[in-house]
Amino acid sequence: MLEDYFRQYGLIAVFIAVAVALPTSLLLLSWALSLARIRPHKPNPVKSSPYECGMEIIGSRWVRFNFRYYTFALLFVVFDVETVFLYPWAVYFKQLGLFALIEMLVFVLILMVAWAYAWRNKALEWR
Amino acid sequence: MSLGDGIRMIAGILGLFLGLTIVVLSLTWLERKFLGRIQMRMGPMRVGPYGLLQAVADAVKLVAKEDIMPGRVDRVVYWMAPLVVFIPSFMVWVTIPFARDLVVRNLEMGLLYIIAFSVLSIVGLVTAGWSSANKYAVLGGFRAAAQLVSYEIPIILAVLGVAMLSQSMNLVKVVEDQATVPYFLVQPLGVFLFLLAGLAEVGRTPFDIHQAESEVVGGPFVEYSGAHWAVFFLAEYINTFTIAALMVLLFLGGWLLPGLPGDVAGVGFLVFGVKTYLVVLVIFWLRGTYPRLRIDQLMSLGWKVLVPLAFVNVVTTGMYLFYGWPAWSLTLMSVAILAVTFWTIGRRMRTTPKPEYTVKLYVPTTEVPHAG
Repeated sequence: MLEDYFRQYGLIAVFIAVAVALPTSLLLLSWALSLARIRPHKPNPVKSSPYECGMEIIGSRWVRFNFRYYTFALLFVVFDVETVFLYPWAVYFKQLGLFALIEMLVFVLILMVAWAYAWRNKALEWR
Repeated sequence: MSLGDGIRMIAGILGLFLGLTIVVLSLTWLERKFLGRIQMRMGPMRVGPYGLLQAVADAVKLVAKEDIMPGRVDRVVYWMAPLVVFIPSFMVWVTIPFARDLVVRNLEMGLLYIIAFSVLSIVGLVTAGWSSANKYAVLGGFRAAAQLVSYEIPIILAVLGVAMLSQSMNLVKVVEDQATVPYFLVQPLGVFLFLLAGLAEVGRTPFDIHQAESEVVGGPFVEYSGAHWAVFFLAEYINTFTIAALMVLLFLGGWLLPGLPGDVAGVGFLVFGVKTYLVVLVIFWLRGTYPRLRIDQLMSLGWKVLVPLAFVNVVTTGMYLFYGWPAWSLTLMSVAILAVTFWTIGRRMRTTPKPEYTVKLYVPTTEVPHAG
């Protein structure tokens, strides 16, 4: 059983290595072209300044960002964890019968109460 | 690991590499050509017959182009970010079957694996934005995070509906279960949710708020050029194809077509390919038709429309499975829910009073104000 598990998922480790190697080889190819003087490399201060529509840079390069991103991230964590719990439940839905149905209704009800609360407190508005 | 496993693995790696390269090259050409036709233009015509070699020319150009590393970027993170975006888009294909026996590894938890991996690309987009040390890029990165995170929930729940119907997370079993009735007939609501949320997940045009050229000039990718940018580009097209392929596998019956022996690998592969390219064309068509959503519209569509609809979809599917109602009852419920939703949204759009615009004078300060 455990050996089976590793056979199924060991391949994924190999594929991660391939997935890293593919774009890296593209970047290396590009770098090799620069060694062969095909790819130009002529930096100058104006070219290597951050793009700001051609204007002189105003203030810091890292802008402060709005707090509202956090509320969405928090909501996401809540909902995402819940939905992942629903997956094993969905696969065994037919075996579990009535228990599964009621369990799901309670579960979704709790989530929906939380969602309505978030809406009422204007956490879902983009202000 | 036996010899058979080794051969299978190498064949899988080579097949995926070649297949995805061909897919990306064909999609870039197809998109430009199709958008051109929609806008009554010819599209690419110069390089090769019908501009077919345009994609190759673009690839060569991108690799041979100057790779500008702007002054004060966070070098390591800046270099890594394209890889972080690319890896999940490639990894997902390990378990996506092209035909019944044409799959690298048919994982028992395939659907969960795909979802788990596809979320990772958010990290890449945020780090790309942050490390670029550019205001537009930082904003684009955060927008990407907010958007992808919001549409993750509807897409997970839409996929959950399919997992409930087929009682499996194995993609091959999901397709085999659609031999009589494909799921798009059973669960129109699920198709609707999956298409919209999927478009948002890959950032195609009605939902490309994080790279909106007219607002944040390309978002997280502003500072990228040459080969680095090419990697992002590759990932984006692979993701588009992935969403189309998943749409075909989950809802449109995969390699099965009534009257054709879809179980034969060659036929199945062809059917799957044709279906997937048709879905891709629909995605391009949407791009050519609809304007971009504003960010507040995007967030409210995600949280106030798609999330509750997705939960309703799960609940109705659960009721249908538990009581053993005939399949058309779920179809009827789905269509009714969709109709009510469209009617409500349409009514709200008509009756919403026009927002009052106030003119704010720009007061120059040394600090950059909060921006969205």
